[in-house]
Amino acid sequence: MYFCDDISIEFTRQPGLGAPVWRGRAGSGAQLRSFADSARRSGARIAAIWGADRRQQGEGFRLHCVFGVEAGHLWLSLDLPADAPSFPDLADIFTAANRMQRAMRDMVGIAIEGGDQRPWLRHGGWPADWYPLRHDAGAPPESPNQPTDYEFVKVGGEGAHEIPVGPIHAGIIEPGHFRFSVVGERVLRLEQRLGYQHKGVEKLFIGADVARGATLVGRISGDSTCAYAWAYADAVESACGVEPPPRALALRALMLERERVANHLGDLGALGNDAAFAFGLTQFFALKEKWVRVNQALFGHRFLMDRIVPGGVASDIDADGLAAIVEQCATIGVELAKLRNLYDEHSGLQDRFATTGIIDSELARELSLSGMAARATGMLLDGRAHRQGYTPPPPYAALGVRPATDERGDVAARVAVRFDEINESLRLLRQIAVSLPAGAIRVELAPVPGGSGLGVVEGWRGEVVVGVEFDGEGRLARVHPHDPSWQAWLALEHAVLRDIVPDFPLINKSFNLSYSGVDL
Amino acid sequence: MIPLLRHIFRTGILTEPTQDVEAGAERELDRLQGEILHVLGRALTIREVDAGSCNGCELEVHALNNPYYNLEGRGIKFVASPRHADMLLVSGPVTKNMENALLRAYECTPDPKLVVAIGDCGCTGGVFGESYASCGRVSNVIPVDVVVPGCPPTPLDLLRGILTAVARQK
Repeated sequence: MYFCDDISIEFTRQPGLGAPVWRGRAGSGAQLRSFADSARRSGARIAAIWGADRRQQGEGFRLHCVFGVEAGHLWLSLDLPADAPSFPDLADIFTAANRMQRAMRDMVGIAIEGGDQRPWLRHGGWPADWYPLRHDAGAPPESPNQPTDYEFVKVGGEGAHEIPVGPIHAGIIEPGHFRFSVVGERVLRLEQRLGYQHKGVEKLFIGADVARGATLVGRISGDSTCAYAWAYADAVESACGVEPPPRALALRALMLERERVANHLGDLGALGNDAAFAFGLTQFFALKEKWVRVNQALFGHRFLMDRIVPGGVASDIDADGLAAIVEQCATIGVELAKLRNLYDEHSGLQDRFATTGIIDSELARELSLSGMAARATGMLLDGRAHRQGYTPPPPYAALGVRPATDERGDVAARVAVRFDEINESLRLLRQIAVSLPAGAIRVELAPVPGGSGLGVVEGWRGEVVVGVEFDGEGRLARVHPHDPSWQAWLALEHAVLRDIVPDFPLINKSFNLSYSGVDL
Repeated sequence: MIPLLRHIFRTGILTEPTQDVEAGAERELDRLQGEILHVLGRALTIREVDAGSCNGCELEVHALNNPYYNLEGRGIKFVASPRHADMLLVSGPVTKNMENALLRAYECTPDPKLVVAIGDCGCTGGVFGESYASCGRVSNVIPVDVVVPGCPPTPLDLLRGILTAVARQK
C-alpha cells in the first residue's frame, strides 16, 4: 500500500488486533523528508519519533517516525550509518517534531541536520557527548551534576520582562519549568523547559524481559497506566503473532474507560477549584474516591496498575463485580448530571471558563494534537471511534463509540468534552458489562527474536504510542513510549497567549498534561 | 445558590470515622493527631515535592484532600513554599535533573524539619533504581525521617506516615 502517490515507499499492514498500523522503510533522509512533507500537506500528524542503536545486530542506527493519518498510523523507519548518524530536521514540517528529535539526539546521539540544537532531556547531569541509549555507552563519566544554562527565546520591548516558574510548582504537581514573558499581566510568550522527570526509563527497557517491560511501561505516567499497558501489550502481541482472547480485550476496554472516567472526574473538580469554586473540588474528588475504591475492590488496585499484561489481562471479574459496575455507572451518572447543571449555571465559573485558553483546529492540526484537547477544537479524532477510512480495534469496533467534540477550543470546551466523555464511557462500561464474552482472559506468549510491533491506544489525554523491538535472544532491544502530552504541551504554550498570567493555572489544568510521560 | 446549598446538604459529611478507615487504627490515628498539636502546638504544613515520580503517588496525595480523608480537618495543610513548611513529602526516585531543586527546597525549609519519602521509588528507588539519570531513593539526596512504601501508597498509608514522622520528632 502506498500512502503518498509521488513517493515510492511501500507500506504493509502490521499483524495483530491492535489499532491499524502500516510499516514502511525510507531509503534516505531526503526521502523521509519528502514523505513527511507530503504527508503533512495531506493532513497527517507526527505521532512519535525515536531512535535505536542497532550496531550490535551488525547494523548502524535506526530512526523511527510514526505518522497519524486517516486510516490509522504509518510507522516509517530509516537506517542510518554506524558512523556519524544524522537525519534532516523535520521541525519545519511538523512543529511537534522539534522536541522529539532533540530528545532522540540527547538519548541516542543521532544528530539533527540544522534546526534547533538546544538539549532537551540532558540538563547537565551527564556530558553532552555521552549517549545513554548506545549499547557501548558504559557508565556515565564522572561529572558534577551542574545544570546547564538554557537559552530561552527572549522577548524584547519596553516593559517586557520574564517570570520564571518551577521546576517545583506551587501545587501538588510534577516538576517542570515555565518561562513567561509578560508585559504587565498579559502573557506575550510561554516557553517550557521540561526533562526534570527524566529517570532513564528507556535504558531500563533494554535487555529486560517482557514482564519487566510491562511493569516499567505501567509507570511511564501513573495516571495513564492502563493506556500504556495496553499499547505495550498490542505492540508485544503483534511482534509475537499472538491474539488475546475476546474477554481480555473487553476487560482492557473496561479498565481503560474506568481510567478515563477517574481522570476526568478529578480534573473537573480541580478545574472548579482553580476558578475559586472549592465546592467542585470536594464534590468531584468524592466521586473519584468512590470510583477508585471500586477499582480496588474488583481488581485489587485503585488505579489498575499491572492489570493489563501482554497476552491478556491479569484479573478477571465475576457476575457480582459486573453488577457493581453497572450500578455504579448509574449512580455516578445521576450525580454527574446534577453537578454539570451546577457548573453550567454558575455564572462566576462560566465567566472564567468561557473564551479562556483558546486554541483552534488549525493550530491543533499544525501541532499534531490528538485526544481530548483536539476534540475540544472540533476535530473528530478518536482512536476508539469509526471515521471515514478507519475502523477502530476490537472491542471498540463493535461498541460504536460516539466521540465528544466542541468547537469553541477554550477551557469551557475542554470541560464540556470531559463531561461528555464521562457520559459516553459510562455507557460503554454498562455495555461491556452486560455483553462480556466468556472464556479465557490470557494466552501464553513467547517472544519472537528480532520481532517488533507498534501499539496505539486512545488514552484519556490522547494517543498513547508504544514501539517495541526484540533482540536476537527474545529480550527487549528497544521500547519507546510516547505520550500525547508531547504535542499538547505546545498547544498549552499557544493557549495562554490571549490571556493573563492568573489564568494560566486554569488553562494548564484544563489540559492537565503529563511531565513524566514526556520526560521518560 | 439554593440548588448549590441543597446539593451540599444532600451530600452530607463523607469524612470517615477512623474506625471505618481501618479497624484498630482509630486509637493510633487519634493519638498521633493529638501529638501533632502537642509536638507542634499548631497545625502541620507540608510541601509536597515530586522529585521524579510517575505521578501515581501524586494521585494519592491529592486523594488525601478529598472529603473521605479530610486532611485539612486534621490540621494538616499543603503549602506552596518550602519556606512555609514543617515537612517535605517527597516522591521519587530523585532524578539527576531534580537533585539540585530538591536540595534547594530542603535548604529552604526551616528547622526543625521533617522529611517523609513516599512510594516504593522514594523509599528504595523502586522499579527505576539508580542510574545515569536517577539518584534512586530520596535518602540518597536528603535526610529522611519516615518512609511510606507502596506503588502508590494508599491515602491511609500516607496519613499514617505523616503522623508517625510527627510523633517521632517528639
